Amino acid sequence: MTELPTLAVWKFASCDGCQLTLLDCEDELLTLAGQVKIAHFLEASSSPEPGPYDLSLVEGSITTRQDEQRIRQVREWSKALVTIGACATSGGIQALRNFGDVDEFRRAVYASPQYIDTLTTSTPISSHVPVDFELRGCPIDKRQLIEVISAFLIGRRPDIPDTSVCSECKRRGLTCVMVADGTPCLGPVTHAGCGALCPAVGRGCYGCFGPMTGANLPALSSQLRQCGMTEGAIDRVYATFNVTAFRRPGADR
Amino acid sequence: MTRQTRQLRVNSLARVEGEGALRVVIEDGAVQSAELHIYEPPRFFEAFLRGRQHTEPPDITSRICGICPVAYVTTACQAIEAACQVEITEDIAELRRLLYCGEWISSHALHMYFLHIPDFLGYPDVIELAGDHRAAVERGLRLKQAGNAILEMVGGRANHPVNPCLGGFHRATTSASLAELSRQLQQALDDALATVEFVATFDFPDRELDAILLAVHHADRYAIDSGEVRSSDGHNFSASEFANHSTEFQVPHSTALHAALDGRSYLTGPLARYTLNSGQLSPLAREAATAGGLGPTCRNPFRSIVIRAVETVYAIEEALRLIAEYRPPDPPAIPVAPRSGSGCGVTEAPRGLLYHRYQLDSDGMIRTAAIVPPTSQNLAVIERDLRDVVAANTSMDDAALIALCERTIRNYDPCISCSAHFLDLTVVRR
Repeated sequence: MTELPTLAVWKFASCDGCQLTLLDCEDELLTLAGQVKIAHFLEASSSPEPGPYDLSLVEGSITTRQDEQRIRQVREWSKALVTIGACATSGGIQALRNFGDVDEFRRAVYASPQYIDTLTTSTPISSHVPVDFELRGCPIDKRQLIEVISAFLIGRRPDIPDTSVCSECKRRGLTCVMVADGTPCLGPVTHAGCGALCPAVGRGCYGCFGPMTGANLPALSSQLRQCGMTEGAIDRVYATFNVTAFRRPGADR
Repeated sequence: MTRQTRQLRVNSLARVEGEGALRVVIEDGAVQSAELHIYEPPRFFEAFLRGRQHTEPPDITSRICGICPVAYVTTACQAIEAACQVEITEDIAELRRLLYCGEWISSHALHMYFLHIPDFLGYPDVIELAGDHRAAVERGLRLKQAGNAILEMVGGRANHPVNPCLGGFHRATTSASLAELSRQLQQALDDALATVEFVATFDFPDRELDAILLAVHHADRYAIDSGEVRSSDGHNFSASEFANHSTEFQVPHSTALHAALDGRSYLTGPLARYTLNSGQLSPLAREAATAGGLGPTCRNPFRSIVIRAVETVYAIEEALRLIAEYRPPDPPAIPVAPRSGSGCGVTEAPRGLLYHRYQLDSDGMIRTAAIVPPTSQNLAVIERDLRDVVAANTSMDDAALIALCERTIRNYDPCISCSAHFLDLTVVRR
């Protein structure tokens, strides 16, 4: 009998939401468990097994010196390493510190800031080690997660389209919220994957999957201005869940 | 005579949400200290919320926790609506409560089946558990799916919902789509009742927690999404008075702040909610509780799993009621014009009371933000309980004592991502 491939799940600075997406695959979870050995997943299991692992899923960004070391170790143990979610792929919302004063942040939140050991930046996994694939989203989409795991186990490229949210919106037959209602929307520059969830409830996309390849931000910014957004508001909407990937040069955050 | 020294260490506590460590020092058989070290890296939400628009905290604070985002969204909305002196309509409030029920069902199912039941039945995880108890695990998965179905239908996404907004919702869910949900929830109600029966058969160590219990209380219903704050020692105050009574303080071994109620440690969460509000559960949930061996109050942390099961029954029934009486809110959201001032909100996240406070300027820009998650409030009591549990069981060998410590921590379902996040357990015996 051939041995099952091994899967490991790792957490760095994050909210836990992307690794929980794996547990949200209720219909697929037990089937998946028959196809792979979940060898390391602390959130779900108290019997972690030592590496090497065939596939590591990494959630979260690097914000401490210890984690800078830990991610190198994870890379060594992993044949393939896939980042899951905005924190691991672009540094996440906590990367807002990269453009602020971390000492001041520490003082604002903690009475005794000297106890708090943190780096001044929140950086994506790819800034530290080679990454085999980056899955976008804040949080990731569970169908895309299953696709990525299946693809890596079979040994093919994942089928994750690098188009914009607009393409998904059109495919769903939704009316464009920006054209029809003048609602500001980041859909034209945002990486597809969510299935156009926000336009489906009549709201503009807020970019939680980060920029698509070749996103034309200047063109969208002028459209956002026409929708009545101030420069400050435009800076803020880019500087949220994927701030390091979307942020405009010269923005005050 | 030399002092007796033993040191135990576990590098990562599993089946909890987040990263932390426990250090217990035992000297000559007496517990010197029991500290829960939380080294989850801080993410500084309260710092970078400053200078954001008042409409942004629901989406931003959702990202504090991937397990209870609806709690964050709802509490942020409530606090900012209070600051702007806006009252939402009854119909919007009911839809918010329905969404919150979805999170309770999903989060409780996750904790019971994935994190907690393996402890009682001696399995490392749900996958191994499924090998011997496939039907039970499938029941847990169906329950979780039912909660997620509400989150997706009403919230637009199972995690970090996109449909709720300040003042209400971007779009009112249609009655037709909710009618479909009710069919799934009927099955889920049977699954939840079966879960109470199942967990009630477990072996529960005797424990009686002597701590102040604190929970949201609502005059008319089992409090989830709104109400005042009540405690087992007679406190009764509104959200806006919370900061006068509960103070946060920092301890060197944790990136999560601790909290005290007028100087004394206290506990929020299922034990507190049940003990203070069990009379307001639905008849069916009360019946299930009695059949599951619970009296009108419960102070045994090991039995918290029975309370979660009972609360799941309640949340499903409540969701069914809200769907049956549903009137799509029109408009789906009340406009919330910015206003200079401050506002507070309290709700019952699955793990306990969550508090938000925001101070806004006249343009609605956030000047200060304060967030007190349930796990921060619970840390002092968890540490005390650990200390007592270790003290009563020093004769156990290292492996058994560590396992008991880990179970003790899981009883509280700590969400360390929220409070700041992995547990690394060290026991030093000297």
